Amino acid sequence: MVRTSLPARERSLLPTDEPLSLLTKTGEPVADPVLEMPGDDVLLELHRKMVVGRRFDTQATALTRQGRLAVYPSSRGQEACEVGAVLALREQDWLFPTYRDSVALVTRGVPAGETLTLLQGGWHLGYDPYEHRVGPQCTPLATNTLHAVGLAQAASLKGEDTVALVLVGDGATSEGDTHEALNFAGVWKAPVVFLVQNNGYAISVPMSKQNAAPSLAHKGVGYGVPSVLVDGNDPAAVYAVVRDAVRTAAEGGGPTLVEALTYRVEAHTNADDATRYRDADEVAAWLDRDPVDRIESHLAAKGLLDDARRAAVAQEAEAFAASVREVMNTDVEVDPAELFAHVYAQPTSHLQEQAAMLAEELA
Amino acid sequence: MSALSMSGALNRALADALEADDRVLVFGEDVGPLGGVFRITDGLAARFGDRRVFDTPLAESGIVGTAIGMAMNGMRPVVEMQFDAFAYPAFEQITSHLAKMRNRTRGKVEVPVVIRIPYGGGIGGVEHHCDSSEAYYTHTSGLRVVTPGTPQDAYDLLRDAIDSPDPVIFLEPKRRYWSKGEVTPGADRVGFDRAVVRRPGRDVTLIAYGPMVATALETAEAATEEGWDVEVVDLRSLSPFDDETVCASVRRTGRAVVVHEASGFGGYGAEVVARVTERCFHHLHAPVLRVTGFDIPYPPPKLEEHHLPGVDRILDAIGRLQWDDEVVGAGRGA
Repeated sequence: MVRTSLPARERSLLPTDEPLSLLTKTGEPVADPVLEMPGDDVLLELHRKMVVGRRFDTQATALTRQGRLAVYPSSRGQEACEVGAVLALREQDWLFPTYRDSVALVTRGVPAGETLTLLQGGWHLGYDPYEHRVGPQCTPLATNTLHAVGLAQAASLKGEDTVALVLVGDGATSEGDTHEALNFAGVWKAPVVFLVQNNGYAISVPMSKQNAAPSLAHKGVGYGVPSVLVDGNDPAAVYAVVRDAVRTAAEGGGPTLVEALTYRVEAHTNADDATRYRDADEVAAWLDRDPVDRIESHLAAKGLLDDARRAAVAQEAEAFAASVREVMNTDVEVDPAELFAHVYAQPTSHLQEQAAMLAEELA
Repeated sequence: MSALSMSGALNRALADALEADDRVLVFGEDVGPLGGVFRITDGLAARFGDRRVFDTPLAESGIVGTAIGMAMNGMRPVVEMQFDAFAYPAFEQITSHLAKMRNRTRGKVEVPVVIRIPYGGGIGGVEHHCDSSEAYYTHTSGLRVVTPGTPQDAYDLLRDAIDSPDPVIFLEPKRRYWSKGEVTPGADRVGFDRAVVRRPGRDVTLIAYGPMVATALETAEAATEEGWDVEVVDLRSLSPFDDETVCASVRRTGRAVVVHEASGFGGYGAEVVARVTERCFHHLHAPVLRVTGFDIPYPPPKLEEHHLPGVDRILDAIGRLQWDDEVVGAGRGA
C-alpha cells in the first residue's frame, strides 16, 4: 500500500484549519483518516517519559530557588512536544534543541547533570553532541535551524540515513534564520523536520504581536515546505506527526514544518513575572488541557495504566529527581586554565601568554 | 612554476583542495556554472559536479549557518560571500556560532569552515562593494583571519585555510585579483601564522597586508629616491598575529608605519601599533604611525582615490618619523 503522507491530504502544502489530534482533552481517541494512533507500547513510553520529564522540570525550577542553577526556562505544559517529538526520532537522527528543551534532552538520554551544565554555569555545554546526536542548546534563537539543515544536507550528500529535527518556539519564527532555513531546506529537499512549539508567548509578547498569518505552519508554504498543524498537548498526535515527517524525510521526501499548539504554563524563566502580561484565567484554561492528564486518562480507560504501573512511574520520576538534586548539589569546579583550552585547535602564543598571566595571578 | 593571476591561484587552490579531499565542498551565490562574479570558482562545478560545487539561495546567514551544520557532519565547506559588505547578514552565524563552536562544546565539535570574502576598494565599485571589514573578524576570538598579498600566498594560504581545523575568514584583496606572479602549487609553505619580510630594508618598517602589500612595495621603491631604505612586512595572518617577525623587523629598523585601507579609528592598525610599542619601545626612534582610510563610510567611486592610502601619503608618513630629532648612537637597536 502506498502510504499517504500527511500534507497530501489537502493536496497542497497548507496545514489543516484545525490542529490534528488523536486524543481529546479528556483522553478519548479521535479517528483520523491518515494519522496513525501509536501502539500501546509507545503510548506507555510517552506517558513514562512525560511524567519523568515533568518531575525533572519542577526539580530544575526548585534548584533555581536554592541557587544551584543560575536560571531555568521551564517547559511545563509542553511535555507532549518535548517527549513526543524526541521519541519519534531514530537513534541515527539528530536533535537541535533550544534553551527551553531540557526535557527533550533528558528524554533523548543526555544525563541530567550534563543537560544542566549550561544553566548551572560550569560551561556553555555539558554533553558531547556526537554521543547523543544532540546539537548545543540554542540561545540566540533560530540559528539552530540552519545548523540542522546543513547537517541534514551533508548526511544526504554522504548517503547517510539521518534526519535532523530542529526545535524552535513561536518567537523564533520571526527571526530571519528560520526563513532562510525553510528556504534552503525546501530548495535542497533536505531531510529535516522543523517543530515549532507555539506556546503562546515569546517571553511576554503574545502571538497577536508576533504573527499575522493564519498559523505559524502557514509559513512553510512560501518555501515549498509541507506544513502540519497539530495539537501540541496531544502526545499521541505529536509523536505520530513527527514520526511521519521523519519517515518522509528519510525516504527522500524533503522537509516538513510542524506547528504544535501548546502553552507555557510557567513564566519565561524563574526570573520572569508572567502576571504582568497574562491572566490567571488563561493559564487555568490551559491547565485543563494538560498533556500528562490526557495520556493518563487514555491509558487508564484502555486498561493499560493500573495503580501499580502508575506508582512505578512515579517512583522512577522521584528517583530521577533525587539523582538530579545529588548532581546539582555537588559544587562544580572548573579549572580556569580551561578558559584558553578550546579557542583554537592549538593555543596561539598570544593565548599562551594570557594563560600564563592568569596562572601567575592564581598561584 | 607558472605565472598566474591571484584569481587564477585561488581557483587552482580550490581545485587542488577539491581533488585532494572529498569532504571539501564549495558553495555560495553564483559559484556554480557562472564561476562566481569574480570567476574564482570558474570551471569547478563542471569538473567536480554539482554535489561538490553548487549555487545556494541568496542568503548569507543561510550559507554560513548551513556550512556550520555540514562541518558538524564531517564536511569541510569553503563558502563565498560575494562582497565584503554582503557578508554582514551572516555576522551572527560567524561570531556567535562559527567562532565559538569549539569553545562552547569544550572542544567536542570542530567547524573547519572557510569563508572567502573579496574585500577592500580600488575597483570603482559602488556602495557596499568596497568595505575593509577585517577588524570585525579579528576582534572575534576563535576565528583565524588571513589575507594574501601575492598570487603565491593566495594559493598557499587558501590551501592552509582549507586544511585548518579552525574556522578561517579568508579575505581576498579584490583589487589585486588580476595582478600576476609566479606560483608553485607544491612549494613549501611559509606557515599559516607567519608574517614575511617581502623586502628587506634598514631604515623603516612598513607593515601592510592584503591589497596594501603591493602599495607598500611601490612606496619602498619610491622611497629610495628620498634616501630611505624601507623594509616591507606582509602580515598574511591578521589573527593570530606574528609578533616575532614584526617585532624583529621593527627592532632592526627602529621605525614603523602601519598601512591599511580600512578606517583607522578602532581599526586593526591600532592593535598593531599597540603590540609593536609594547614590545619594541626601547628600539623606537619615533612613534609608530598609521596610514589608513579616513574615518568615513566608503566613498563613491569618483572620490575613492582620496580615501585609499597611496604612495605619497605613505611617504609623507615616513617623512614624519622624526628623522631630524635622532641622537646618533642613543640606543638604536642593532
